[in-house]
Amino acid sequence: MLEIKNLHAELEEDSDVKILRGVDLKVGAGEVHAIMGPNGSGKSTLSYVLSGRDGYEVTEGSATLEGHDLLDMEPEERAAAGLFLAFQYPVEIPGVGNMTFMRTALNAQRKARGQEELSAGDFLKIVRAKAKDLQIDADMLKRPVNTGFSGGEKKRNEILQMALLEPKMCVLDETDSGLDVDAMKLVSDGVNALRDAGRGFLVITHYQRLLNHIKPDVVHIMSEGRIIRTGGPELALEVEEQGYGHILEAV
Amino acid sequence: MVFPRAKLLQQKREAAAALIDARALPEGGAWITAARMEARDRIAALGLPTKRDEYWKFTDPGSLTAAEAAPAPVFEIGDESAVFDGIDRVRLVFVDGVFDADASDAPELAGVEISLLEDAAGVDLHWARDLYGALEAEGQHPVARPLAAVNTAYATQGLLIRATGKAQKPVSLIYRRSAEDADVMLHHVIRVDSGAELTVLENGPAAARLNQVMEVDVADGGTLHHVRAQGRDHERRAAAHLFARLGAESVFKTFTLTANGAMVRNDCVVWLNGKGGVAHIAGVTVGEGAFHHDDTVFITHAAPGCESRQVFKKVLREGAVGVFQGKILVRQPAQLTDGYQISQALLMDEQAQFLAKPELEIYADDVKCSHGSTSGEIDPTSLFYLRSRGVPEDEAKMLLVLAFLAEALEEIEDPALAEDLRSRIEGWLKRHQR
Ligand SMILES: Nc1ncnc2c1ncn2[C@@H]1O[C@H](COP(=O)(O)OP(=O)(O)O)[C@@H](O)[C@H]1O
Ligand SMILES: [Mg+2]
Repeated sequence: MLEIKNLHAELEEDSDVKILRGVDLKVGAGEVHAIMGPNGSGKSTLSYVLSGRDGYEVTEGSATLEGHDLLDMEPEERAAAGLFLAFQYPVEIPGVGNMTFMRTALNAQRKARGQEELSAGDFLKIVRAKAKDLQIDADMLKRPVNTGFSGGEKKRNEILQMALLEPKMCVLDETDSGLDVDAMKLVSDGVNALRDAGRGFLVITHYQRLLNHIKPDVVHIMSEGRIIRTGGPELALEVEEQGYGHILEAV
Repeated sequence: MVFPRAKLLQQKREAAAALIDARALPEGGAWITAARMEARDRIAALGLPTKRDEYWKFTDPGSLTAAEAAPAPVFEIGDESAVFDGIDRVRLVFVDGVFDADASDAPELAGVEISLLEDAAGVDLHWARDLYGALEAEGQHPVARPLAAVNTAYATQGLLIRATGKAQKPVSLIYRRSAEDADVMLHHVIRVDSGAELTVLENGPAAARLNQVMEVDVADGGTLHHVRAQGRDHERRAAAHLFARLGAESVFKTFTLTANGAMVRNDCVVWLNGKGGVAHIAGVTVGEGAFHHDDTVFITHAAPGCESRQVFKKVLREGAVGVFQGKILVRQPAQLTDGYQISQALLMDEQAQFLAKPELEIYADDVKCSHGSTSGEIDPTSLFYLRSRGVPEDEAKMLLVLAFLAEALEEIEDPALAEDLRSRIEGWLKRHQR
C-alpha cells in the first residue's frame, strides 16, 4: 500500500533545517501502523510531505501509494489516488459551508476517478448516515468548516471526512490530542469502523493511550527524522512505562 | 513639494470656470432652473477636483474632469444572460444615457410614481423640487464633491421615483451602451414615503464616461433596497454619487458590484437623521490589470439609536488598484450609535494594490463603533486543507474567494438578487482564473 524509502526532507526556505533524515516505512493493505516519537521528531512533517504541503523540499528518497509516485503529484491528485490526512490542527475556513466543502471534495475525487458526481440529495443521505455514527449533528454540518468547533468537534469532523471519502491509506496526525475520554472513544470507533482488508492506516501519536482504542499491528518509534525502532504493540507499552528517553538511549 | 492651498483653489476654480463657460444650462421650468443655477454657483466656488485634494489622494480624478471623455469599446456579454434577467421587475432602459421608452416596460407600478427628469423639469411644480440638488448641496460639507454639483447643474436625464406604498416588485434601471464615446450624466431622485417600501436595481455601464447622482430621501419608517451592478466594460469610467437622507426607523440598504472598468469612483453619503434608522452600505469589487476602483463613504449619525454597516470586499489582480475611504461621523446627539465598518482586499498577486483610509469621528459618549481593514493573499493553509481533500486548486481558490466575499453578499437581503450577483462573480472569477 504505502511504501516510503530513505525519505529526506528539509525546509524549502532554509535548507539547513533538515527534518526527515531517511525514513523507511512500509504499510501493507489491512494493516494499522503507529508512529510514536517525541515532539519535534518529524512526525507531522512526514504526514505533510506525504500529502504534498508546500514549504518542504524532498532531497532524497521516495514515497509511493500502490506503486504510484506520490511525490510527483499535486495534493488533490494524492487525495484522488486514495491518500487521506487527518490533520493535527484541522483548519477553520469561515465562509465555506461544511456540507459544501465535503460535497465538493467527494465529487472532485469521484470526477478524478471517472465516477459520476453525486446529486445533492444522494450526498445528503450518505453524509447524514455517517454523521450520525460520529454524533455530528445537522448544525455542525451547516456551519462553516471547523469554524468555532471545539477540539473534539474538529477531530470528529476529520473522521467524518475520512469516512465519506473512503481513502485507501489514512494518515492520522495526533488525532487524540485535545480529546476527552468520551470523544476519544467516538473517534476511535469511527476509525475502527473503517478498518478493512483493503485499507492501510498510519496513526501518529505522542501518547500510547489512543493505541488502547485503535490497536496497531506495528509500532514505529521516530526520532530526529528517522524510524529508530520498530516492533509490535508491546513497544507502545514500553514507551508508556519507560518514556522515550530509555528507547532513545538504547539506540 | 508643498502646494500652496490658495493657489490650488485658484487652479481648481479656473478649471470650473472653463467648464461653466463651455456649457449652457439646460432649458427647464423655474424650480429646476433655480436648482441648476445654484449648483453652477457651487461648482464655481468649489472648483473641480484634482489629485492634490485630500479626498482624491488615492484616485486621480483627471479622466473624470477632462473636457473630453476617452472612448471605451462596448463590452459584449455574448450569450450570457444579463444581470437580474430572472427577476420580475419594471424595466426602465437608458441607451447611451437617454431613456428609451420602446425598450422599457410601461413605467407603472402600484404604490410607485415614476417620471422622467426631462418631463418633470418642464413643469412648474413637482415633488422632486425639494430634493433635486438639495441633498447633493448638503453633501458638499464637510467634504466638497464638485462632480456631483456638475451633475446637478447639467444632467438632463434621469428618473424621479416616489414610493407611496409597498411596491410589489423592483424598479430596475438598465443602462445600455451603443456609442464608444458616450459621455453621460444621469440624475435620479428617489423618495420613499413614510411606511413605503421599494427596491431599486441598476445594471449596466451607461457610458464611456458616466457622472451619476442619485438622491435618496427615505421618510420615517420607509425602506429602500438598492442593488446595482456596474457593468463590465474594461475602459469605461464612472463617478457615481449616492446621497441618502434617512428618517426615523427607516431602512436603507445599498449594495454595489463592480467588475472591470478603468476608473470607478463611488461616493456614498448617508445621513441618519431620525431615531432608530438603519443604513447598510456594501460592495464587492473584482478587477484586474488597468483597473482602479474607489469606494468613498461618509456616514453621519445625527440621531440616537441608529445602526450603520459598511462592508466592502475587493478581489484584485495584476496591478488592479482598490481604494476604500470610509468615515463614520457620530454627532453629539447620536447616543447608542451602532457603527460597523470593514474593508478587505484579497490580493491575488503582488502587483495588486489596496489603499484604505478608515476614519471615525465621534462626539457622543455612549456609542459602539468598530472598524477594520485588511489586505492579504489567499490563506495557504486553507488552500492546502481543501486540496488535501481532493478539491482541485482552481476550485479550492474559488471557494475561498467566494468565502471571502460572503460577508458583503450577505448584505443583499433578497436571496434571488444575492444569488444572481454571486453567480456573476463566480463567472468572472472562473474567466479570470489562471
Ligand atoms: N514550517 C516549519 N518551519 C520551521 N520549522 C519547522 C517547520 N516544520 C517543521 N519544523 C521543525 O521540524 C521539526 C519537526 O517538526 P514536526 O514535524 O512538527 O514534529 P512532530 O510532529 O514530531 O512534533 C521541529 O524541530 C520543527 O520545529
Ligand atoms: Mg506533530
